[in-house]
Amino acid sequence: MNPETSRRLLFDMLRIRSVEETIAARYGEQKMRCPTHLSVGQEAVAAAAGAVLRPTDLAVSGHRAHAHYLAKGGSLKAMIAEIYGKVTGCARGKGGSMHLVDESVGFMGSTAIVGGTVPVGVGLSYPMKLNKTGQISCVFLGDAVPETGVFFESVNFAVVKRLPVLFLCENNGYSVYSPLSVRQPPGRKLSELVAGFGLETHHGDGNDARAVVAALSEGVAAIRAGEGPRFYEFETYRWREHCGPNYDNDIGYRAVAEFEAWKQRDPVPALQRALITEGIMTEADVADMQAEIDAEIGEAFAFAESSPFPPPEDAFTDVYASAAG
Amino acid sequence: MATTFAAAIRDGLATALAADPNVICFGLGTDDPKGVFGTTLDLHKQFGPERVFDMPTSEAAMTGFAIGAALNGMRPVMTHQRLDFALLSLDQLVNNAAKWRFMFGGKRGVPITIRMIIGRGWGQGPTHSQSLQSWFAHIPGLKVVMPTTAEDAKGLLLGAIFDDDPVIFLEHRWLHNMQGEVPAGDVRTPLGKARVVRQGDAVTIVAMSYMTVEALHAVDHLVAQGIACELIDLRIIRPLDWPTVITSVQKTGRLLALDSGHLTGGVAGEIVARIATDHFASLKSAPQRLAAPDVPEATSPALTKNYHVRAEHIAQAVGRILGRDVETASLVAQRTFPHDVPGTWFSGPF
Repeated sequence: MNPETSRRLLFDMLRIRSVEETIAARYGEQKMRCPTHLSVGQEAVAAAAGAVLRPTDLAVSGHRAHAHYLAKGGSLKAMIAEIYGKVTGCARGKGGSMHLVDESVGFMGSTAIVGGTVPVGVGLSYPMKLNKTGQISCVFLGDAVPETGVFFESVNFAVVKRLPVLFLCENNGYSVYSPLSVRQPPGRKLSELVAGFGLETHHGDGNDARAVVAALSEGVAAIRAGEGPRFYEFETYRWREHCGPNYDNDIGYRAVAEFEAWKQRDPVPALQRALITEGIMTEADVADMQAEIDAEIGEAFAFAESSPFPPPEDAFTDVYASAAG
Repeated sequence: MATTFAAAIRDGLATALAADPNVICFGLGTDDPKGVFGTTLDLHKQFGPERVFDMPTSEAAMTGFAIGAALNGMRPVMTHQRLDFALLSLDQLVNNAAKWRFMFGGKRGVPITIRMIIGRGWGQGPTHSQSLQSWFAHIPGLKVVMPTTAEDAKGLLLGAIFDDDPVIFLEHRWLHNMQGEVPAGDVRTPLGKARVVRQGDAVTIVAMSYMTVEALHAVDHLVAQGIACELIDLRIIRPLDWPTVITSVQKTGRLLALDSGHLTGGVAGEIVARIATDHFASLKSAPQRLAAPDVPEATSPALTKNYHVRAEHIAQAVGRILGRDVETASLVAQRTFPHDVPGTWFSGPF
């Protein structure tokens, strides 16, 4: 991997981590008034995807989408303003944390119903194939998605039509509080399950950012070359509660030891240490990076705080193409 | 040119496919030898398998696929041979198609057209005969179209395909063989106006889709008895053309709303409610409605005989509203074919 990609990877991971931690720290102010699903601990896969995808590639995601949106290049100011419910938000206050969009960078939308955007991502790819645009469509999904019918229907159709779709699964082991053990039989990996549909699948460590980039680079090249869809599963871990800013290891659905073991494998300092050891960056470079990120986050929150709320009449607009609808 | 409703649908699809390379057409059986009751017959030969194609039995994903394709510039038309199968796709229709424009602050709409065919009689039974227009009409963001005539089948289908919002296009199977004059060319009817089919001053009858046909029989039958009803074919359930309905009720002072769906929570109930609450002063008598009963449609012909609203029921309801006896025996006697088919052309199986 070239040094520039490595630096970008670390920058994106630090940025996502810092954004999420800032949201967590300020969530209690009651100004961000919407359900918010943080990606702390899971930054590597998103950042790797951001490094591999082109700005012209399209992406969709689900409820835990901050990292995907940011890694794809989505505007931080517009995201924070959206979570604050402001008119300057990416969805003008109508969507909140779970409905992020920035079409200027190909992030076409994230929605709240698990599995709901999977077929949408497949549909996005159809004109790409017909018109041979060289783009691909990336569908970000979690480990609960390969339990929904619509996921299997979508994968099947993408295989039937050899569509340029990257199904990118972050397996964090839990669907809210339900562990994989109550949702999948023992010993069967999601990637093995999906492989039965006749597409290339991959299983890997989602906390090793550079390994994710390496795996995805090869896959994305194949998808782009017209070889059809692929499914990538990366194991990772969500540190904070399913929805909200807190830690919830005390409520008993998962073991503290499990959490601590994953925390030891924190993907952000792991990459940071590696890049410093390899001489790609210095401690001072990282400090500069962090300072740049902190300044941007400070600006984004100030922008969100100072932006106006949408006018009340906006509650009744955007239902149809024309008001007469 | 006189043609059938089904041929008019095919004409509309061919016209749209020819007019815009971004139009695609798919659904189970789209390119099979029967071509969805002839409505898609051989279109794949003319426009190619990339634009007209069959699909896996995956209603939910294929609806989401249509949404995604639409978000990336296409105008997909998806067909369900029965509305009942489309129920597998409700999440995509309600949470994605209907909401996309709104929940992303007006960034982009979803110009999809979902054709759903409503069955009736000849044993269609509980899950091949549901007329659920009120479900779709309840959802902000969806448009709901129910054509009656062959001309409207083509014009409103073209209007739906080139509309920038998601449209649920409901075709009644019993209309597929109806003949009518259909203009040639790209005749797009905007999704806005109801049609006054018969003018009159006695009672306003509001109907949709196949109910308009039954109502027409009733209205024309009553003319000989000195009763001139005004018959409105809604054509579009959402957005509903309230001005046309209100103007008529202000003229007649009496309302009979018809519905091919169930009575409870139906479109007819909504029309009665709106007129009763907002235009009470215009009414000379209590508004009435006739709809399918609040039970599923059974399969055996012995169990469907008294299920549906027919012309004689409509005529009798008009008589009750006006407080006079009306003759309907001769109306019933005109029907020379079994009660569970729309005419001699239909002999099953679906």
